[in-house]
Amino acid sequence: MDIATIVNFSLLTLMILIVVVLIRLQSLLAIALSSGIYSLLSAGLFVTMDAVDVAFTEAAVGAGITTVLLLGAIAVTGRKQTVSRHGRFLPLAVITITGAALIYGTLDMPPFGDPGAPIHTHVAPHYLTQSAEEIGIPNVVTSVLASYRGYDTLGEVIVIFTAAVGVLLLLGRTTGSGRK
Amino acid sequence: MIEGYFNYWVVIILMMMGFYIVISDSNLIKKIIGLNIFQTSVFVLFISMSKVKGGTAPILTDEASVYSNPLPHVLILTAIVVGVSTTALGLALVAKIHRAYGTVDETLIHGQDDIQDET
Repeated sequence: MDIATIVNFSLLTLMILIVVVLIRLQSLLAIALSSGIYSLLSAGLFVTMDAVDVAFTEAAVGAGITTVLLLGAIAVTGRKQTVSRHGRFLPLAVITITGAALIYGTLDMPPFGDPGAPIHTHVAPHYLTQSAEEIGIPNVVTSVLASYRGYDTLGEVIVIFTAAVGVLLLLGRTTGSGRK
Repeated sequence: MIEGYFNYWVVIILMMMGFYIVISDSNLIKKIIGLNIFQTSVFVLFISMSKVKGGTAPILTDEASVYSNPLPHVLILTAIVVGVSTTALGLALVAKIHRAYGTVDETLIHGQDDIQDET
């Protein structure tokens, strides 16, 4: 086992531990912070799996902005969680059945890191061999994101804009006129 | 066998734990955190599929010849940002619900709705 595999295994195990702790916690503040730790661990995992762009986006946006948004929401709604759970049996049965079906599905997938997997042999080699010549940026992720799929990224900006408008419409009006 | 599928199985366990929070917990903010956990586990699944053994990050250099697949990375970059947008919108809805009902607990909200229906 090489060092990358060991780091991979331990990060994944830590992620499971964090979520188990998170399920058992009662304080919303602690829950929000552990979800931030979870995002940060996943960012570390992305680095070991060569997705450096994804890793820094996840660390900044997933672990940073999402946690700030959660803390803001908790500040507005109060940090005490009223303890009233639904029955536990039905959810446990649902996730066991769904999880078993999904694990059965993974058995058809190519093993982790297999260079001959269909995902690596279809269009990906074109981007890796041609993008330096066609776009001129060494980072292939950037050339796909900003050039080959520029319209997709424009659509993403529209999604962010729509969400921002939605948040402002939901929260903005009542703070202006509804305050007693 | 274990090494080849460990990532996928851990992803499924994480996914199901996030799903469990969504369906078993009655606090709306915790439900949104559950959705976030689910979402991040899907990101890990995609990035796991893009990894090539012995490859390096898809930044072209003269020293490397094997690169991991860049396409899932692009997809997940978009997904992370969209995920934050939906989280922000969801939390705004929760804040609005808190303003109207004075609570973010699903059971208590349903209780208030039932009382309102009777009167």
